[in-house]
Amino acid sequence: MTLAASFSLQLGSLDLQADLDVKPGELLALLGPNGAGKSSVLRCLGGLAPIHSGRIVIDELLVDEPATDTFVEPENRPIGFVFQNYLLFENMTVLENVAYGLRARKTPKADARRVAAEWLERVGIAEYADQRPHSLSGGQAQRAALARALATNPRLLLLDEPLAALDAGTRSSVRRDLRRHLETFEGMRILVTHDPVDAYALADRVAILDAGRIVQVGTLAEVTAHPRSRYVADLVGVNLVTGVVVDGVLTTAAGARVVIADALPGPSFAVIRPPSISLVREAVAGSSARNTWAGTIVEVDRLGDRVRVGIDGQLPLTAEITAAALDALQLRPGDGIHASVKATDIEVYSV
Amino acid sequence: MTGRRRRGRRANLPTPVLALAVVAVVFFALPLIGLLWRAPWSNAWGYLTEENALTALRLSLICSLWATLLSVVFGVPLAWLLARVEFHGRGVVRALCTLSMVLPPVVGGVALFFALGRRGLVGQYLDRWFDFRLPFTTAGVVVAQTFVAMPFLVITLESALRQLDQRVEDASRTLGASRWYTFRRVTLPAIRPALVAGGVLAWARALGEFGATITFAGNFPGTTQTMPLAVYLALETNPEQAIVLALLLIAISFAVLVGLRDRWFGRNDRASTTVLA
Amino acid sequence: MRTSPRLLVASVALLGLLGAACGSDDSDDAATTTGDVTVFAAASLTAAFTEIGDAFMVANPDSKVTFNFAASSELVTQIGEGAPADVFASADKSNMAKLTDAGNNATEPEVFATNLLEIMVGAGNPKGITGVADLADENLIVVICSPEVPCGKYAAQVFESAAVTVTPKSLEQNVKPVVSKVTLGEADAGIVYKTDVTAAGDKAAGVDIPADINVVAEYPIAVIKESANAVGAQAFIDFVNGEQGQKILASYGFLAP
Repeated sequence: MTLAASFSLQLGSLDLQADLDVKPGELLALLGPNGAGKSSVLRCLGGLAPIHSGRIVIDELLVDEPATDTFVEPENRPIGFVFQNYLLFENMTVLENVAYGLRARKTPKADARRVAAEWLERVGIAEYADQRPHSLSGGQAQRAALARALATNPRLLLLDEPLAALDAGTRSSVRRDLRRHLETFEGMRILVTHDPVDAYALADRVAILDAGRIVQVGTLAEVTAHPRSRYVADLVGVNLVTGVVVDGVLTTAAGARVVIADALPGPSFAVIRPPSISLVREAVAGSSARNTWAGTIVEVDRLGDRVRVGIDGQLPLTAEITAAALDALQLRPGDGIHASVKATDIEVYSV
Repeated sequence: MTGRRRRGRRANLPTPVLALAVVAVVFFALPLIGLLWRAPWSNAWGYLTEENALTALRLSLICSLWATLLSVVFGVPLAWLLARVEFHGRGVVRALCTLSMVLPPVVGGVALFFALGRRGLVGQYLDRWFDFRLPFTTAGVVVAQTFVAMPFLVITLESALRQLDQRVEDASRTLGASRWYTFRRVTLPAIRPALVAGGVLAWARALGEFGATITFAGNFPGTTQTMPLAVYLALETNPEQAIVLALLLIAISFAVLVGLRDRWFGRNDRASTTVLA
Repeated sequence: MRTSPRLLVASVALLGLLGAACGSDDSDDAATTTGDVTVFAAASLTAAFTEIGDAFMVANPDSKVTFNFAASSELVTQIGEGAPADVFASADKSNMAKLTDAGNNATEPEVFATNLLEIMVGAGNPKGITGVADLADENLIVVICSPEVPCGKYAAQVFESAAVTVTPKSLEQNVKPVVSKVTLGEADAGIVYKTDVTAAGDKAAGVDIPADINVVAEYPIAVIKESANAVGAQAFIDFVNGEQGQKILASYGFLAP
């Protein structure tokens, strides 16, 4: 039970390229900023949108390949889809909703209703069986949508931002429930979300989709340990610098020079943690820090005892200092400042 | 304070607007009141049960129902096509299919002649090969009525289909439902209010059709003389009977419109879109 | 001093002479017709009366004639309901009688023309119809006017005189749709006025109805009592009855009264 998908797709001005491999029983989270194309990837996998080139193979079944003019309609794919707004059918009861997929696949009415009732029991909304979907709360509707998708026993379950429509208060408890229900499902699962907490709580592996490309795949720990995109860097709260390493110096596209300790030459990422950056009003001579960059303070953000200082310049950075230091230096937005980091405090890895 | 207590009923309707609305109601009520005032109540039953009156009534009801059925069978797919499928010249096709709404009905009747009459574009082959003619037949009445009535259904439905959230249909497909199953169990129930409203409009239009009918199908008691035609001709020799027949037609239409109101036209709180949240 | 009686009589006589002198010139009378004249006329008079109207307006440049052509029965009903008409020209006497019975006429009706009925068939008579008896054929599409209107009543009379039962496929509201359905080829035959066959030219052909079973349609004309322009109305009627009017009517196939 595997998914092998490698395809490209045109979304307005965005050119999307996706390469995904999901192993049996795995839950892959597709994480990224809004507008990255995550939902579109899901729609393509579901057959709701055609791909431009490439192929999608679900469980050895080729479902989409433009080159050979192969396209399998959504109703013939072994999939289940849980939509962001659940999209339950208002003209049917909750039970009929859950039974819908089975009925559509020609299961006799009595059997379908029986299976549906079991599912409602399993997700804990059996008492709403004969009500219309509009009388369900957000969390209940989500469970109904999940039961509806799972009732047909799909091989691949696709979830599009399943928690996005919920208010913050219910999100945690629903996430816990969702985790419980998803754990018992043996097929492949792909979950799209913009909230890394979802990925953390639910996923085995994470694929980061940014600006139409899958930039990183791995466990969340692996991904956040070595960010390869601005998105992840911001997620983790570190500075990410991209450039080319030559002779122990990384040069960015803007021309900034970063002196680093032992790294392979070539295109590389450099991670500078905000607490490791020192701020000085005037450049200091005779310091062991090999790196000093001039800049202007653009933002000062107090977070209790710590302050995040945003600096703009040849190398934009976010530094973290104590509130006491801020008051002592009397730093204000608009002030000129020098940021300094030791080469040994910078982590570098190849692209 | 009585003013405050009554506030809820009138909601936010300003007085001048209310006055205009009242004028409109009077405008519609006056002709009906005029008819009721001039009606020969003592002879009414006699006129109603006269054979040609009953025949015309039966013919009107049968033909208008057939026309409504045809309008639904062909109009629903047409509405679907216009609402969902993007193709070159869609605007032109839409205008073409709803043209009969703005055409004077007699013009429509004449046009039908040239298309489906004995010497018509298509009609000549119907006559030659199948010995089948539409003018002067009851089928011709149904054709004329369908021609003028269908656009009402199409317009109403197209609007409803456009407002429908297509993603619900996507959801249905992912659950394993074919396009037809989706249409049957998800789309149609969702547009039911519009379907009923459009159907009633089409039926009412078909029932009242005069110009296209008399021009294309002709006028003969029992075959093509529908109520509107009977009323028109009665006006010349027996105005009293004409008034009674007219009132009968109005009474039937009125009963249908009042009876079908709220229940079937759908409630707006649970609109046809089925998206939750 | 009292006014001399002789002076009084002389003044009156003088005024009378002056008045008579002013009113005695016939040709001056016609030329002074002014204002609008609304004529309600039978459908079968459409072509002829339109031409008469044009000629009238040429002779009386300050006047304007407008027509309402429809079935006579429809017109008399409209007049009864108060439609503004000055002149009514009917295709039969019974509809004119409805006008007079209701007291809506200002002058006594006079017949200004007569018409005969004729069978109209398609150009070249493709079905080879020779007389009224042929119309009984169930396979023919025969169209006549509805019995409520003059031409329909006349047609029924013709069938009765000929002792023929004809089942028409449609009963039209006046003679014009009968003509158009025959000329368009939708109907095989129709009973219309002789004048209609003449007017159709080469778009249709006619089959005579023998005089012994044919109906002479008499066309009476009268001024409406409520007319706003009684003088103009009478002038129009005089014109219709005059030399020019009668010549125009004859050119369309109408017969003398």
